[in-house]
Amino acid sequence: MGNIPKLIAKRLGLGIFVLWVVSLIIFLGVSLLPGDVATEILGQSALPETVAAFRHELGLDLPLHIRYVHWLGGLLKGDLGHSLANGRAVSQLIGERLGNTLFLAGVAACFSVPVSLLLGLLTALYRGSVFDRFTNAVTLTWISFPEFFVAYILIMFFSVQAGWFPSLSTMREGDSFTHSLYLVTLPALTLTLVVTAHMMRMTRAAIISVLGSPFIEMAKLKGIGQRRVIVWHALPNALAPIINVVVIDLAYLIVGVVVVEVVFVYPGLGQLMIDAVQRRDITVVQACSLIFAATYVLLNMFADVLAIATNPRLMYPK
Amino acid sequence: MSTPADHSPPLNIAPADRPHRQDPGRFRALLAGLRQAPLSAWFGLVIVAVYVVVALFASVIAPYGEGQVVGSQFDPWTAQYLLGTDNLGRDTLSRLIYGARNTVGIAFLTTSLAFLIGGGAGLVAAVVGGWVDQALARLIDILMAVPQLIFALLLLTIFGASVTSLVSIIAVLDATRVFRLARAAGMNIAVMDYVEVARLRGEGLIWILSREVLPNILPPLVAEFGLRFCFVFLLISSLSFLGIGLQPPTADWGSMVRDNAILITYGDVTPLLPAAAIALLTVGVNFLVDWFLHETSGLDDET
Repeated sequence: MGNIPKLIAKRLGLGIFVLWVVSLIIFLGVSLLPGDVATEILGQSALPETVAAFRHELGLDLPLHIRYVHWLGGLLKGDLGHSLANGRAVSQLIGERLGNTLFLAGVAACFSVPVSLLLGLLTALYRGSVFDRFTNAVTLTWISFPEFFVAYILIMFFSVQAGWFPSLSTMREGDSFTHSLYLVTLPALTLTLVVTAHMMRMTRAAIISVLGSPFIEMAKLKGIGQRRVIVWHALPNALAPIINVVVIDLAYLIVGVVVVEVVFVYPGLGQLMIDAVQRRDITVVQACSLIFAATYVLLNMFADVLAIATNPRLMYPK
Repeated sequence: MSTPADHSPPLNIAPADRPHRQDPGRFRALLAGLRQAPLSAWFGLVIVAVYVVVALFASVIAPYGEGQVVGSQFDPWTAQYLLGTDNLGRDTLSRLIYGARNTVGIAFLTTSLAFLIGGGAGLVAAVVGGWVDQALARLIDILMAVPQLIFALLLLTIFGASVTSLVSIIAVLDATRVFRLARAAGMNIAVMDYVEVARLRGEGLIWILSREVLPNILPPLVAEFGLRFCFVFLLISSLSFLGIGLQPPTADWGSMVRDNAILITYGDVTPLLPAAAIALLTVGVNFLVDWFLHETSGLDDET
């Protein structure tokens, strides 16, 4: 058992290092901006004194490394700075929207993970059958669709023609849970469809690649039934790659929400980020990218740790 | 990683030897394979061919100009405007045709650039090895830790949305993925005896890369090109859809969907056409790559 904690600690250390470098990239990228943020906001015609005062207010007259330390310190305290467009605190802007985004991604995950695991298992079990080929062709096609295409198709059918769900998911404060769930159905379904195809294909591939190993052949030669081979011999060994795929797809969900949120005008973090990008509101973009990147890095790290922890080969010391 | 098993060139010790750039038999085998190719591969091939023709001859095929306002807003489908007009009264069909040139062309350009950067760096890392390899690999690992769309959004805010910045930003971000594959595939070849022989013979780095390593890892790279193209194409379309990719008045499929999306709420499918055009090309390329991989690697997941 000895090497599992060591491996995990190593992986955690690496994850934190990556997060630190990401914060550095995001900070430096914005600081090395061609042109000056102050001039950018105040316009070319601003008086030099005004620009200087504004720079001082933003702390832009300080040397780069001090600004970075200030910024990082603020981040750790939850202070993300102020929006350049309307002067509101970024943490306040983000707060509620982050919750909405996590809610949407969470609902999508609750649908997609069980469905894709089951489909992956079934297609691996009955591979080569009509069912397998059909699912394969459908998912291969589906994977190629841009998210907004899937979203508009769903709107077309379920919202415009059938009239079952609203085409705009404008959430308001104080909406009941069931009403929120109702509003979020179409965006969540879009995300589910986009992610399931990938997750299912990877699950199938993981199980099939394990099925090629000698111990599976051994199990078959012993006369064990197909179902038992898959569930008892193949699945535990395919668990690590499958967990990996699931977590990576969850990370993808968090990012994939950006486009879907815009289509459904859903008040989430993605929508906020796109608005900020269009207005070149750099502090908000900085904060949003940091949150998205951190979630992504953390989830990937989590996937690696789980993969280490569930690897049957690492369970026993040599 | 896929090891090219069946076409390692013989040891060519004499420098005068013609290098095996492309085994003529392989190309012929591919053509023969095409004759027995499954329906999906043919489907992909036809789609890609049609898109290329439309993109190349856009100005000949399109009935109206790219930014030409020809009618009133949102005209329905008529004989004059086959697919109606858009939110500014431009002919939708013509915009769709010009979109093939702009969207596909820019995605292709970006992918090629990504392969030039990522493939080059990956091969150098594989062949040179040592600290160059380690430094590049670690840098790429960190770059890949940030989701591409988010990175692209951040960089586009910093540099502003123009075609040049769009192409270079996405090419650099995508080059990280190409680097990984090129490095992994190149590593398998770099340890081969014939590369060692070339080194001992005193060949330069460029010669070794282009004559010894590259021909041997071409099939996985070509397949990857198809897949990366799909990815870049979808990413650029999504960015344009979000309003930060290709800028108006350039006809582009992503922004066409965005600009005319309001029609969908009236049950009109026209805004879905550019999205379908995106989807169809991606499906076509995917089918083609699927078949190509199957042909060249001999890999079969049915064990």
